[in-house]
Amino acid sequence: MNSGIITNLWLIPAVPCAASLAILSLSNARRKSAAVLAVIGQVFALGMSIFAFLPTLQTNSFRAVQNFTWFTFGDQALRLGFVLDPLAAAMLVMISLVGLCIFIFSIGYMAGDKNFVRFFAYLSFFSGAMLGLVLANSLLLLFIFWELVGLASYLLIGFWIERPSAAAAAKKAFITTRIGDMGFFLGMLWLYKRSGTLLFYDGGSGCLESAGLATLRASATFIALLIFCGAMGKSGQFPLHVWLPDAMEGPTPVSALIHAATMVAAGVFLVARVYPLFSLGGINGVTSSLTVVVWIGVTTALMAALIAIAQADIKRILAYSTVSQLGLMMVSLGVGGVAAGIMHLLAHGFFKALLFLGSGSVIHGCQGEHDIRKMGGLRRLMPVTFVTYAVGMMALSGVPFFFSGAWTKEEILRATEHWPRSHAPYFLMLAGVVLTALYMTRQIIYVFFGNSRVASERAHESPRVMTMPLIALAVCAIFFSVVLTPAWPWLHAYLRGEPAQFDVARLIQPMVFVSLVLVGAGIGLGIWVYRKAGAQDRQRSAEIDPLEYAQPALFRFLANKMWIDELYGRTVITFSWAAARLSDWMDRYFWDGLVRGFGAVGRVFAMLTTSVDEHGINAGVDETTAGTRGLGRLMSKAHSGQIQTYLAALAVGMLALLLLYAWLG
Amino acid sequence: MTPTLQIFLIVSAALFSIGLLAALSRRHAIFILIGIEMMLAAANLNFIAFWRFAPKPHQPPVGVMLALFSIAISAAEAAVGLAMVIVAYRHYRTTNVDQLDQLKG
Repeated sequence: MNSGIITNLWLIPAVPCAASLAILSLSNARRKSAAVLAVIGQVFALGMSIFAFLPTLQTNSFRAVQNFTWFTFGDQALRLGFVLDPLAAAMLVMISLVGLCIFIFSIGYMAGDKNFVRFFAYLSFFSGAMLGLVLANSLLLLFIFWELVGLASYLLIGFWIERPSAAAAAKKAFITTRIGDMGFFLGMLWLYKRSGTLLFYDGGSGCLESAGLATLRASATFIALLIFCGAMGKSGQFPLHVWLPDAMEGPTPVSALIHAATMVAAGVFLVARVYPLFSLGGINGVTSSLTVVVWIGVTTALMAALIAIAQADIKRILAYSTVSQLGLMMVSLGVGGVAAGIMHLLAHGFFKALLFLGSGSVIHGCQGEHDIRKMGGLRRLMPVTFVTYAVGMMALSGVPFFFSGAWTKEEILRATEHWPRSHAPYFLMLAGVVLTALYMTRQIIYVFFGNSRVASERAHESPRVMTMPLIALAVCAIFFSVVLTPAWPWLHAYLRGEPAQFDVARLIQPMVFVSLVLVGAGIGLGIWVYRKAGAQDRQRSAEIDPLEYAQPALFRFLANKMWIDELYGRTVITFSWAAARLSDWMDRYFWDGLVRGFGAVGRVFAMLTTSVDEHGINAGVDETTAGTRGLGRLMSKAHSGQIQTYLAALAVGMLALLLLYAWLG
Repeated sequence: MTPTLQIFLIVSAALFSIGLLAALSRRHAIFILIGIEMMLAAANLNFIAFWRFAPKPHQPPVGVMLALFSIAISAAEAAVGLAMVIVAYRHYRTTNVDQLDQLKG
């Protein structure tokens, strides 16, 4: 079975895609079969992912490659392939497992939607595209799946097409990521030009292997940065992060899928996959491209965490926290902690899916309300959601010892601490940890504590089909930490291709205390600032945020997302509007004028020939015909029709001839 | 008075002139046909006269035969002419050639 799955890796993405096609062929009323098909496809993908995962455990740095020729032009063959290594295998299991939980949750969450069948078709397609992306052994194949993921996200963000805001958000997501993909594509072309292959691993001649890398030399920096543009778009890094919070317009399970398992993970995964391009020729693991990655990551992480503090939409807070965490992962990759970054990506996949599904459950319970200021007191009304949400919150904040997010975050901080170039990212990341704890505490106090307000008065716990995935993900978020601790850093070693060693002594490290203090500070600060937030009069629907009370200008700045959307609106969008207007004007007046000008020249010439015709040639012809007609009229006078006249003429003629003859005679 | 060629020619010329005058001046189609017949008779008279007063009269009577042929042809011509007159009369209800001016250009 093991070898069977390695040679048939394509089945893993193909099964959900096939399920998607099968669901699309169903009629709109076959809701149950659509859900069953989607879940079966996902279970199949999960099973195969686990089967694919098993052989990678047997040897360190396991790598199975399966290349094939797509098509041949001339003597050049374009080859694609699939690769199975620890990175791909770990991602596969996470994606299919988290995906499965989200699929099951969706059955409950989308129960009332009229386009239930279409929704599951898109979900399966999304999952299949992402699984294919992870398995790709060719930058081109990866790019194909990358775009399919983009398409699926477009379809799902704009799933409620009747809402103009959803359509706008889908368009924004698609176009913003496309800006990044442009860079990705250029980088890919450049890479192909230099190395002549897009295969990652190809028995020593792939572009990520020493022979391929040797052909790149100095251009590697630019290629890496261009490819990073794609990752920036997909993973919502500053300055292309704007689409990610707007993507909340989609149904909540879609947000969970985008934020946890599929879409945004793709960017981080891409950087990890082509990491040799980034680190080529580095001294002490520092290259200029990686430095860019670090600073972009730091900017994104801090900016998004600050914005998250001032948001009122429950999903928007989580969206900015995703942006922030992705920034953290990018920092980790940039400073050389690839394994730490991927570990955080995997752990984040579990707890962010948990948080999003939890928020979905809250929204479902509050009849579609998103504003956390209108909630409150849900702790008693939705106990399962509360407990699982709290687990997710603590994992995200990084509460030490029991939650997966804590260990991976520490791993990242440890990697950042030793970055030779600068210590600034390390301290900024520590600030980010405090901010994360702060905004998550704020959110949980607003939603679950205090008195119930407008939207939460008639709240109810969600059905089992929705709470079961929450419990499963919460258990994952806790027990995942078993393989993450420094005492037995199994996953870290697995990703790095080293044997893991067990050592209890390493469990207690200075970083644990740093983390404990910071998270404690963040949560404590949150409780202190927002302690009264939930205790307001239950009649009041919205209230002034304590931060808004203290710093109205700053709060407004953050609540409006630092006016980045407005800035883009004023610059990029205004510019493209102006360019469009200019093109329109050029079309209308310049090119059209040119065409009209040529037309006018033709018309003038035509007029000239007309007048020559009419006054010159026609006059001559007219004269001739008039003359002919006059002559004819004259001649016709002789033809009176009187036979005797003719006869007389005949007689006269004959007489004349006779006289002539006689005279000549 | 011995008959000479001149007398025959004068008679023939007179006959022709009378025929021509009839053909030109009468308005009735039948009279025009009669005039034409008279002109033909003048021509026949000439044939016979020139044959009779030739210096050595030929034994085969060429002049007479030509006249006979001509008479036969003129009979046919008169038949055709009369038929045409009848058709024209049926069509136009007149035999007055002044009114038969369909050949007018």
